[in-house]
Amino acid sequence: MRNSVFAATSTLALLAAVSVSAGPQAEVLHWWTSGGEAKSVAVLQEEFAANGGTWTDMPVAGGGGDAAMTALRARVLSGNAPAAVQLKGPAIQEWFDEGVLADISSVAEAEGWDKVLPASIAAHMKCEGSWCAAPVNVHRVDWLWANAEILSANDIEMPTSWAEFNAAADKLQAAGVIPLAHGGQAWQDATVFEVVALGILGVEGFHKAFVELDPATLTSDKMHAVFDQMRKMRGYVDSNFPGRDWNLATSMVMNGEAAFQIMGDWAKGEFLAAGKVPGEDFLCASAPGNGFLYNVDSFAMFDVDGAEKQDGQALLAKLIVGQNFQKVFNLNKGSIPARVDVNMAEFDSCAHLSAAEMTSSSKEGSLLPSYAHGMALRGAQSGAITDVVTAHFNSDMSSDEAVTMLENAVRNSL
Amino acid sequence: MTAWLERQIPKMVLAPSFVAVLIFVYGFIGWTAWVSLTRSRLLPKYDLHGFIQYKRLLASPRWDTAMDNLFVFGALFIGISMLLGLLLAILLDQKIRVEGVLRTIYLYPMALSMIVTGTAWKWIMNPGLGLEAMVRSWGFESFSFAWVIDPKMAIYAVVIAGVWQASGFVMALFLAGLRSVDGEIIKAAQVDGIPGWRIYSAIILPSMAPIFLSAFIVLAHLAIKSFDLVIALTGGGPGYATDLPATYMYAMAFSRGDIGQAASSAMVMMAVVFAIVVPYLYSELRAKHD
Repeated sequence: MRNSVFAATSTLALLAAVSVSAGPQAEVLHWWTSGGEAKSVAVLQEEFAANGGTWTDMPVAGGGGDAAMTALRARVLSGNAPAAVQLKGPAIQEWFDEGVLADISSVAEAEGWDKVLPASIAAHMKCEGSWCAAPVNVHRVDWLWANAEILSANDIEMPTSWAEFNAAADKLQAAGVIPLAHGGQAWQDATVFEVVALGILGVEGFHKAFVELDPATLTSDKMHAVFDQMRKMRGYVDSNFPGRDWNLATSMVMNGEAAFQIMGDWAKGEFLAAGKVPGEDFLCASAPGNGFLYNVDSFAMFDVDGAEKQDGQALLAKLIVGQNFQKVFNLNKGSIPARVDVNMAEFDSCAHLSAAEMTSSSKEGSLLPSYAHGMALRGAQSGAITDVVTAHFNSDMSSDEAVTMLENAVRNSL
Repeated sequence: MTAWLERQIPKMVLAPSFVAVLIFVYGFIGWTAWVSLTRSRLLPKYDLHGFIQYKRLLASPRWDTAMDNLFVFGALFIGISMLLGLLLAILLDQKIRVEGVLRTIYLYPMALSMIVTGTAWKWIMNPGLGLEAMVRSWGFESFSFAWVIDPKMAIYAVVIAGVWQASGFVMALFLAGLRSVDGEIIKAAQVDGIPGWRIYSAIILPSMAPIFLSAFIVLAHLAIKSFDLVIALTGGGPGYATDLPATYMYAMAFSRGDIGQAASSAMVMMAVVFAIVVPYLYSELRAKHD
């Protein structure tokens, strides 16, 4: 009896040992758990398995990633970080400062990431010179979406300046159409704000204000003008907007209740899912102003122990930036590939526009990180700005007060 | 030996929970206090930086709003819940026929979680979906009830939902209090021809003072901890008009990666709770000694 127990346990131990040395392994923490996003992650999972890897999925839904960050914090503090974590923007450098990120430069150099990624996006993936993260996609934030039927019925062209936008909105309002579909949630207020700011401050001003936090730009006359325009935008929104989710705002444009929406290209997914055709049912255009605001999802690579896990991490990094995954994932998610050499034949016309403008603005140096989506600033600073933006948008605060508040909030957050 | 065991067993039984409370309550209060004196961002750090986080807290207009809201919400929530609860209890105390049924109906909101209450009231008070839309569809076109979307009034909308939830519970407390008043005294007063309202105001209510205190303490800590109600009802909005200290702390700790700031706001919240609870404990303990 005792012998058989011993035999059984040793067999189990052997089995365990065998499964441990079964090639590359990676545990992946992410919060892509809904519909199209979950499908997109499954693509990576299959590809990883096809290359002999063992994928341990760790999806943590809820709170737009807040729940996942809490889980990550607990795992890092207990010294057992997952191999790859869905992180983006300066948050990657923030974790690097805590000394817990891995160096994947060998993969990046072997795969020639420097040649295929736009320079400003590649910069987000590097921590003090070495590669520490892999980009998945590029969402453009400064999109203007419109209902094609409403625009042609009211004889309106897609506006190319904020003055034109205001004129169009006034006309629509007089005709009894809600000009702007918007949801009153802080991040949506911030999204509209940064798009307006890009248009009014220009590329250089935007960079000074929301990347460098330059006090002179934050208190400039142009910043007053940005808040003035935000006050106008508030007038173009229906009174029932507080708390509305962004996809409900998108369906207002779809159903012809509202004419325009300012939202990142995840809104396109809603239009496409409802069977609408770009160019016919709905229009997409870059919002008034020069430049391209990007929101890049990426996986940060954390320090892991053991050869299998490190192999898994390297394999994962290689696959994420690989041509196939970049194409399939972004077709599912509505964004465009981060690498510029992917065949775009299967993408729709909005994605073509986005890809072309990404390449051209990368050359001009007008490829800018989105502050509202956590690409430009650390959480405390971007949060402080958003507080001011949303307080101004949701009250009758004057632009003067808002600018003063903005200056104080930014100083207080440093 | 058995005598020794008998004496020691209560201590041994209590020891684990005592140790647990010592570590997980007081230990972590101490830890939070320490972190609130550092510049912790994503992960806690332990080098002290003085009162920088408290200075930042006091300079933050959002924290101002949160504290203002706490006092507005706390005062109205406690005040109205107690008044309504008392009124309901007195009315139910008139020896009416279906008291059991009515009592259950009023008490049921307490069985709901705050998330459910918040979500239900969010829909009821949403001008496009709820009350306003309904009354307008009856033909009263000028009817307007849009508190949830008005930054100045939204906190009062939260009060409505909170009062709806809590007043039934307060009623039950007061009803128990009313029943515990000695019937002989009331009868004596009635024999003397004292009017009903005087019996309540001069005899019954003063003898219920401990119940008032209990109700106040229960409601006060509900108000200070209020989190889920605001999250479900307004999400802290419009803007951050209905932020409370608890939602502020959550935003700092979990969305913004600003743990030092979150810790300092938690310490201030604890100070507010202590300011209310310590006098209560003090009066309780003193009463025991007398």
